[in-house]
Order: sequence, then structure tokens, then C-alpha cells
Amino acid sequence: MNWIAIAVTFKLALLTAIVLLIVGLPIAYWITFSKWRWKFIVESVVALPLVLPPTVLGFYILVAIGPHSPVGRFYTDVVGHPLPFTFEGLLLASILYSLPFAVQPFAAAFEQVDRRLIEASWTLGVSKFKTFFRLIAPLSTAGLITGAVLSFAHTLGEFGVVLMVGGNIEGETRTVSIDIYDEVQALNYAGAAKTALLLLAVSYGVLLLVYAMNRKVWAVWPQR
Amino acid sequence: MIRVMIALCLLVITGVNGAFAEDITIAAASDLNFVFRELVIEYEKSTGDRVRLSLGSSGNFYAQIQNGAPFDLYFSADIAYPRKLEEAGLTVPGSLYPYAIGRIVLWAGKDSRLDLSKGLEILREPTIKKIAIANPKHAPYGRAAVAAMEHAQVYDRVKDKLVLGENISQAAQFIESGAADVGIIAMSLALAPLMQAAGQYWEIPADAHPPIEQGAVILKGAKNQERAKAFLSFVQGAKGKAMMKRYGFIVPGETKP
Repeated sequence: MNWIAIAVTFKLALLTAIVLLIVGLPIAYWITFSKWRWKFIVESVVALPLVLPPTVLGFYILVAIGPHSPVGRFYTDVVGHPLPFTFEGLLLASILYSLPFAVQPFAAAFEQVDRRLIEASWTLGVSKFKTFFRLIAPLSTAGLITGAVLSFAHTLGEFGVVLMVGGNIEGETRTVSIDIYDEVQALNYAGAAKTALLLLAVSYGVLLLVYAMNRKVWAVWPQR
Repeated sequence: MIRVMIALCLLVITGVNGAFAEDITIAAASDLNFVFRELVIEYEKSTGDRVRLSLGSSGNFYAQIQNGAPFDLYFSADIAYPRKLEEAGLTVPGSLYPYAIGRIVLWAGKDSRLDLSKGLEILREPTIKKIAIANPKHAPYGRAAVAAMEHAQVYDRVKDKLVLGENISQAAQFIESGAADVGIIAMSLALAPLMQAAGQYWEIPADAHPPIEQGAVILKGAKNQERAKAFLSFVQGAKGKAMMKRYGFIVPGETKP
């Protein structure tokens, strides 16, 4: 089994989940509580990676961060090397790719919080910021974990986007799914099968965690 | 518990990066799939350097390098790509090296009933449903396959049966797995032990298609040009040449594999 690819993948997925936990919260908060008439436009943009072919997303990211774009040139000037085909570029792509997997569960959880509690908090003079961290976030824990875990799992299995912006470099951008593809081409079916099984097990485990967390009744040890 | 998790996260995040900052990164055409895996191990053993090998289609690597992919060395299956990079000023001047001339073969699995000795004419056989080649759009071996079929005047007959691998290794895997009945692949793949055990091949005459001149180049962005040069010299050296020959390549200075 290719442990380097496994390490890269887990690192990528973990960082993506962490960044989305930070970036996704304000977006989800805004989506839940904004009364702006054109809000649906933003909601559609956030959901776009769900339906967009990964190659399309990957292509746009490649063009957007490549050396011929202003953003790409700026990055190269500041950091000293271009962004595509690096771990950082892959991380950026993964964040965009998994955005709806974090934001949508977050927003759904915020929606479930009793409005009366939130408004009571506001009228008692607690700032919106504090209300969020002391009331909304604790009451949305399951949704927050679901979002983080789903974006983690979604990044684990990412293939098309990685193929477009990754470049298949060992220890940098060769993720597990690319490694499986490589192993199959090298006719190493046994190696591919092992890695594929690992990915299957992890994905299933992650989903078990999500559904276990969101179940209405405690299935294993029934409450009395 | 949370502290342990955070510590674990930090360990994973900091653990991976920068571990191989001193190594060389090589983009190699897929026809080198088996020979380079062997060659790299040999090179690592003799120098202690570590090589990060990426395999894919030459055209894709060409596009990626133009977009700033951080490879040190580029082994293309078509010398035209490194030449274009040289013209664009993306290479170390004078480093372009024509490392081999490739050959193509007709390949079918062990239990195929096809008599490959009939050559490309066999492709007319109505029992053949799918013929695998590499995508001629960005894979030099795919272009050679199309040229050879045109030369044998079977291309128009069979073009609806073609399935295109993203690169020549994938085309080989298509036939090896039985998904395609027959295909045209690089001789270097057909001579790999795994492929030899799984099937039979027929050499397509070298004059049936324009020669597959393959070229390597050191890229200007190479982090470590000395090491990249060392690897290139290894390929140019007796040991490297011998390995390339064993996989059916015609190496510089010779006319036969």
C-alpha cells in the first residue's frame, strides 16, 4: 500500500475540513439568517460543486490560478512558485469542491435552532457574535460535525479535480484515488484492491459516524 | 480527547510536507511505465537519491509544465513537446536529449483466438468489437497507432471500434483486462514481465508509421539541476541504455533494439 499517498490524502482532507469549518460557518450563518431578496443566487453558487462535473471545476481552477492569470501571477510573485500542481493548489481546489458538503449541513443545523432562544439572547443584549458561539453553535454541534466529516470524506474520494490541478506528484499531489488509478495502469491489481478497500472502509466508517450522530433514537443502547 | 485529536491533526499536517525537498521529480510518458519503475529503483540504489516518478501522457505533461507544474525532468514520448518547451524558454538550454526511439506492437490477451501473425489486417476481423489505443490527441503512441492503421489501410474500417486510453498504459490495461479484444500499444509495455505473461504480441514494422522519437529535457524550474543532470546521465549511461534496450527501445547510436 502506498503510505505516502495515504498520508497526503488524509492531510488534504483534514485541512480541507478544518478550513471549511472556519470559512463555512459565516457563509452558512449568512445563508440562514439573511433576509436579502437575492439570497438564492448565493445559495445556488454554493451548491454548484454538487452538480458541476469535477473536470469543469478543475479546468476553471487551473485557468484561474495558472501563470497566465492575474491571480496566478500575483501568487507566483509573492510565494516564488506557481500554485497549480502543488499541495496548496490542490487544497484550494478541494475547499471549493467540498464547500456545499460543509455549508449545507451547517445551514440546516442553524435553521433547526429555536428562533425564540436566539431572539431572547439578542434582546437580553448579548451580541450576535456571542450569541452564535454560546447558543447557536452548541445547539448545532451535530450539524457542524456532519459538515466537517462529510467534507473530509468527500475530499478523500476526489478524483477529477485532482487529475486536473494535481499533476500526480508523489508526496505532494498524488492522492489515494490517483494512486489506485496508477496501480491499475501498472497492472498491479492486488495493490489497487488493497488501497481501494481501505478507502471503502474509511468512507463507510465516516458515513456510519454521520448517521449515528444524526439518528433520532439511540439505537445501540436504548434510553430508558 | 479534543487535545489528543488536535495533536494528531497537527502531526498529520506537519508530517508530510517537505520530507523530500531534495529529491528529483520526474514526469515520464506512460510507455516508460515498467522500465522506469525498474530504472528508478536501480538509480536510487546506486546514488541514495530519491526519485518521485509521475507517469502520464506526454501531451498532458506538456500542458501541465506550461501551467507551471514543478517537475525537474520531463521524459516525453514525442520529442516535439520538449522542443516546444525549449523554444518557450522553459528548459535548461542544451539539456534536450533524444533518449530513445519507440516501437509499437499489436497486442492481445493469452486466451484470444486472434492470429496476430497476420498483422494489422487482423483488425478487420468481425469478431473484434473493441480495439484499444492511446488517445492520439495527446499521446504520441496513439498517433503512431493511427498512422500504422492508416498505412495498412484498415483505419477507416475500424475507427468506430476504437477505444481511447487516456495514455498508453491505460490502453494496455484495457486489453489486458479483456475489456478490449486487441490493441496497439508500446513495445516497452508488451515486453514487461506482467504483460508477457498475460498475452501475445506482433511487432508492427517500424516503417509503418513516422518514427516515435522520444526526448527528455531538464526544466528551467528544476529545484536541483545537478541531481536532474545526474539522473539524465544515468539514463544515457551503459546501465540505463541496457535497460531501455531490454524493453524494446532503440537507444541513441544504434539502429536496433
